[in-house]
Amino acid sequence: MVNKRYEKLGENVFYGELQGGLPVYVDVRPGYGKQFAFFATRYGGVDMKFQTADGWQDTPAGVAHFLEHKLFDTKDGNALQIMAANGADPNAFTSFGMTGYFFQCTRGFEENLRTLLGFVSEPWFTPESVAKEQGIIGQEIAMGDDEADTEVFYDLLKCLYAHHPVRTHIAGTAASIAQITDQTLYTCHGAFYNPGNMVLTVVGDVDPERVLALAGEIVTGQATGNPKRDYGEAEPKEAVTHDSRRAMAVASPLFQLGFKIAPPAREELLKTRLVAELAGDLLLGESGALYAELYNSGRITKNFAYGFEDYPGCAFFALGGESDDPESVREQFFRAAKEMGEKGFREEDFRRLKRAAYGDMVSRLDSFEHTAIELAQGHLDGVDVLSFPAVFQSITVRDVQDFIAQWFVPAQSALAVITPGGGEA
Amino acid sequence: MKVTELHDLPGVDLTVVQTDKFKSAILSASFLVPLKKETAAANALVPYLLRRGTEKYPTMSEISVKLEDLYGGTLDPAVRKRGETQCVGLIGSFLDDAYALEPGSNLKEAAALLEEMLLHPVTENGSFRDEYVAGERDKLVQAIRAQVNDKRQYALLRLLQEMCRDERYGVDALGSEEAMGAVTAQAAWEAYQNLLKHARLHLFYCGTASAEEVEKALMGLMEAVNALQDEKVETLTCDAHDAPQRGETVVEAMDVAQGKLALGFRTGGVRLTEGDRGPYAALMVMNALYGGTATSKLFMNVREKLSLCYYASSAVESLKGVMVVSSGVEFGNMDKAQQEILDQLEAIRNGDFTDEELESARQAVVNVYKSAIDSCARLESHDQTTAVGGVRVSLPELAREAEQVTRDQVAAVARKVQLDTVYRLVGKEGQNNGQ
Repeated sequence: MVNKRYEKLGENVFYGELQGGLPVYVDVRPGYGKQFAFFATRYGGVDMKFQTADGWQDTPAGVAHFLEHKLFDTKDGNALQIMAANGADPNAFTSFGMTGYFFQCTRGFEENLRTLLGFVSEPWFTPESVAKEQGIIGQEIAMGDDEADTEVFYDLLKCLYAHHPVRTHIAGTAASIAQITDQTLYTCHGAFYNPGNMVLTVVGDVDPERVLALAGEIVTGQATGNPKRDYGEAEPKEAVTHDSRRAMAVASPLFQLGFKIAPPAREELLKTRLVAELAGDLLLGESGALYAELYNSGRITKNFAYGFEDYPGCAFFALGGESDDPESVREQFFRAAKEMGEKGFREEDFRRLKRAAYGDMVSRLDSFEHTAIELAQGHLDGVDVLSFPAVFQSITVRDVQDFIAQWFVPAQSALAVITPGGGEA
Repeated sequence: MKVTELHDLPGVDLTVVQTDKFKSAILSASFLVPLKKETAAANALVPYLLRRGTEKYPTMSEISVKLEDLYGGTLDPAVRKRGETQCVGLIGSFLDDAYALEPGSNLKEAAALLEEMLLHPVTENGSFRDEYVAGERDKLVQAIRAQVNDKRQYALLRLLQEMCRDERYGVDALGSEEAMGAVTAQAAWEAYQNLLKHARLHLFYCGTASAEEVEKALMGLMEAVNALQDEKVETLTCDAHDAPQRGETVVEAMDVAQGKLALGFRTGGVRLTEGDRGPYAALMVMNALYGGTATSKLFMNVREKLSLCYYASSAVESLKGVMVVSSGVEFGNMDKAQQEILDQLEAIRNGDFTDEELESARQAVVNVYKSAIDSCARLESHDQTTAVGGVRVSLPELAREAEQVTRDQVAAVARKVQLDTVYRLVGKEGQNNGQ
């Protein structure tokens, strides 16, 4: 395996590849009693239309998530139970662009790793088990319909995008998942769960060579590569509509103000993410004038957050939380962004916020889960995520000012609001 | 990892966990006071006011600038409930000196900032600034109102309010909306003075610094608080009721697509104590077996086998002796789900579980304790619980105790667990069965 040390971060990462093409990363952490393993595929909620040897496949919304639930079924029982009986705490998630399976344990690491790699690689679906899961996921979707935080976020994405499947709920709808059969699941598993479209990351006090050897025993498939996907017609550069508003059973209005941003090229990805975060910190950070104004006037609460997100074929910046007057938050944000885009900001603030963002990114590596997912995401994106200290160094005041001037403008934006008052469920 | 507990001053304690495992250190300070309906809201408001401005950093922006200088450190209000104790204070994390880009001491700076915030708030006319009080009070009122947004948490909150209506445990850590809305600058100031005079101050640090270094950095704060404290700080107690108190079913209607079913149980007095911890270890394993994991009885039967709900889980409040079950259910399936949840408890009482299920539950509890040793935040949380409970037990000890729990002990503790109150959140009329 190849060993890479990140001196500043105190990180020690080993990289190797199985014969069948599966990339394996091991972040060695001496002195820790727990281990964390993460096995992921580049397949998420947005991958509904894709190409296989049999031609283009058009699948209903929610298959990636459904498949995540069903993969835990094995010929010998439920993999969750098998791992739990062996002392592990297993789980999985499906995001827009990725499905990941993981466990954390403090004993039986090798046995748990075998189970994890085994059940994800060997599907076992029956019409009966698919029918039963439709009931469970139906309830999960019903529950999601009551979660205003999630709903307002999807409302925003529907405003920003015309075609991109990021508009669609990852879990799908009761109607879309009703169309899923065991055959659908086998087709999707066959296309996306091949070693060439997957990655394994491990964090803990483990022997990297042992991990690689063990993975080689279980994952014996051959890479067939990264399936071609279709995310719909080219997106217009600007937001499709600028406003969305509806009522739900919430106590005070929730909002998300978002900006549609051109998805960065691979070489620019890490830098764009950091530039976007710094732009957010300068405009919306707690030490800034806008935050003080919004907070002191009661227009935002502690439940306020902002951030940049990118997925295959799309990227956006969003800020939101609770507010009794989201429209005025939007107005004030535009005023501040315009001023900063034109006049810039103090070099001193820039340096201090860069330092704060740096400390924050380093601290987050204390979480094994965070580190394992970042390493996997980085591999799928084709970037070295732990190279961020050098990327930080390269960012200039100009980069951030240009980003603000280019993207934080009304044409790119949309405001989604959920107001109290119930509404017809 | 080296754990040092310092009790040099009568009303001030400090726990130091020295380890080089983490890239960021944690520092927290909590005033520990009895949770009471009359004082909860004003107490809860205090740390939010301390975070608004100090003599040296009179605005929140200035405090934020200072924290950003510390590599994006945090020092945030923390209001927690442990049994019938309210813990109010500040909790922060900051980059360990080993990972800083320039030499300096983040610990010293963070300790100084903590002291400044706890002891030197910005004042006007001998009290907190009116403007700050009004702002923070309104935000907390809004936060209390917003509890309804998360229906899963809200159902549990309402359950405990109803079940413990006549106990201090029924009071939320933030107090009630009405009480919070009525707190004046004067009342907040009195609450603050009362905390300084009568509450035990508990400090916690986890990071690379030694106990001596930490003590030195915090000595000024500790001595100043000690000088302000009355001779005897308030004692912390918690009434565990062995038997059910109410035995009611409370139903509330709201515009929701999915119903929530929450069940509250008394554990027959079993809780985390200093003495014989066998029954408590058995309770934790029993909880894991019943509804604490994704392989538990509730998960496997109510969700997986019968598809009656999306989630069904149980949890134990260590110091109070209460267990809760929380579940998301279609309105039409409420009765069926409730019956199934109770049947599964009956099964455990009768010893109707496999050796594999038992081992899996034991291992789940062991794993929770062992992995907590690898997390700064969970070490802090454990320290807070044991400080409040007056229990001296480490995470590895708890893990060992869980490992020794037998089948008979699990069944026996399940027989002690008694249903008290049921809370149901259902749809409004005309929404029959929701879907």
